[in-house]
Amino acid sequence: MSAASIALSNGQTQRTTQHTLTIYCKEAQYEFLKNLRMRMYTASLLSFPIMFYVLFGLVLYRNESLGGARMPTYLIATYGTFGVMGASLFGTAAGLASDRGLGWLQVKRASPMPPFAYFAAKVVTSMIFSMVIVLALFAIGFAFGGVRMPVGEFAGLLTTLVVGSLPFSAMGLAVGYFAGPNSAPGVINLIYLPMSFCSGLWVPFTFLPKVLRTIALALPPYHLSQLALGVFGAGNGGQSNLKHWEVLAAFSLICVGVARIGFQRDRDKMYG
Amino acid sequence: MIATLEPVQTTESASAKSTVAHLENVNKNYGSVRALRNVDFRVRAGEVVALLGPNGAGKTTAVKLLLGLIPPNAGKVRVFGGDPVNPQTRLRTGAMLQVGRVPETLRVREHIDLFSAYYDKPLPAAEVLAAAGLEQLRDRKFGELSGGQKQRVLFALAICGDPDLLFLDEPTVGLDVEARRMLWDEIRRLVRRGRTILLTTHYLQEADALADRIAVINKGEIIAEGTPAEIKAQTAGKRIRCVTRLGLAVLRQIPGVTEVQEDREAVELHAAEAEPVVRELLVRDPALSGLEISSAGLEEAFLALTQDAGNNRNDSN
Repeated sequence: MSAASIALSNGQTQRTTQHTLTIYCKEAQYEFLKNLRMRMYTASLLSFPIMFYVLFGLVLYRNESLGGARMPTYLIATYGTFGVMGASLFGTAAGLASDRGLGWLQVKRASPMPPFAYFAAKVVTSMIFSMVIVLALFAIGFAFGGVRMPVGEFAGLLTTLVVGSLPFSAMGLAVGYFAGPNSAPGVINLIYLPMSFCSGLWVPFTFLPKVLRTIALALPPYHLSQLALGVFGAGNGGQSNLKHWEVLAAFSLICVGVARIGFQRDRDKMYG
Repeated sequence: MIATLEPVQTTESASAKSTVAHLENVNKNYGSVRALRNVDFRVRAGEVVALLGPNGAGKTTAVKLLLGLIPPNAGKVRVFGGDPVNPQTRLRTGAMLQVGRVPETLRVREHIDLFSAYYDKPLPAAEVLAAAGLEQLRDRKFGELSGGQKQRVLFALAICGDPDLLFLDEPTVGLDVEARRMLWDEIRRLVRRGRTILLTTHYLQEADALADRIAVINKGEIIAEGTPAEIKAQTAGKRIRCVTRLGLAVLRQIPGVTEVQEDREAVELHAAEAEPVVRELLVRDPALSGLEISSAGLEEAFLALTQDAGNNRNDSN
């Protein structure tokens, strides 16, 4: 049974690039719509970073400065990282764990959907949510915190944070492949909240105890927040940007590798 | 009993058709659980095959193997002559599986739109909605549908690509009588259009109503295969009740008797055909009285068939 006989009996060739592109777009479009319509989910993704930002950046420390930047500006970078991380972890892990554990992913896999489209849709949706969160923080800072920065810096900050969602999407895939459908949100929070704190996303890095500052160096959110702060020169300058990106890239690769193990493990697992 | 069912009976026309899906001496284990043992099973072009068996018999496992969702531990799986995981193969198949949760915030038409996009020549959305009886529900979110309506959406997703080969895993579970009839009609319509269908069910009645061929599966093995008439002849049979002085051992030796049970003062015999057995009984016991002959119920007989297979295996262990 060679490929030739399949092609003969099929009378058709590979899908056109345009068709493949259409599938990817539709997959992403519906993934986004699906998440957008889960109101509690959307609201909590947005409200946590905004709440913290308003409290610390606008109410409590509005007139203080850190690392050469005004606090309302500084905190857009750190709570932006916090928001991006949440959107990406929940956006990939929660949906994947549920689809996987409750049979929906099997229906998708049995269809002619290009397998990668499913993951790409989750990643793209996480990036869009990430962008919305950063834009919302900036809009609030601009309107109520007197945040001003050159357009170039603003674009750099937004790009850094949106691209920076990728390592967390990768991490979400790894978590989604090993967590159960019901336990996934709990597992995510267990990673998300301590990691955010230790990376200096809640309390600025310089105020963290020394032991946590050492731990932070090993955590991806720390590196992303330093990249974001670096856009307007407020990073702590401990490492070069290249070094930060390298850490994030390496972390992403490890997560994808773990997700791949989960993917293979799944194929031989029993469902109902 | 197994031995008498072993030869695979197929009609001539069916065997002449080409095989579109084939489980070739397949074994499938989940850890220490043997889900399928040495199963050899074909689906031929244009036929409706029912995999009939109780829950946990291995029906879903067979379907998942044919869909390339799980690999076999031994043996080969071929669909349209190729590996079922081949994307070209999947363009020609559609599947309705048992799902715990489907994304609930998408609307019916959106689900169909997305799955249609996966295929090269999908059916028009209106046609899919009509076939699944979902016209009135097209703008409804999936989470707002009843259990039966959800099943219909899954059916719609299976047929939207106009596949040549359709896998339906327990398609009518949770459907009311009317919806079940509608789905049956739809399946028949697909067959008239030359489509091939493999469906799994634990209702003999459903297999009988739809299938050209039935494979009875129990505990991971195919224990009978044939046309519905052949299966019914093997499973249904007659129940003969009488009061006789003949002992159980003697009764069991009468040709054609498959089962003997004591029932209060009388005995109950099962046989494929009643007449020869009754003739023999009357010869051996002229004083026989209280003779009653009735048809064994289909469902009941099917249960007997699957239970017998299990008992025989236990005996031999």
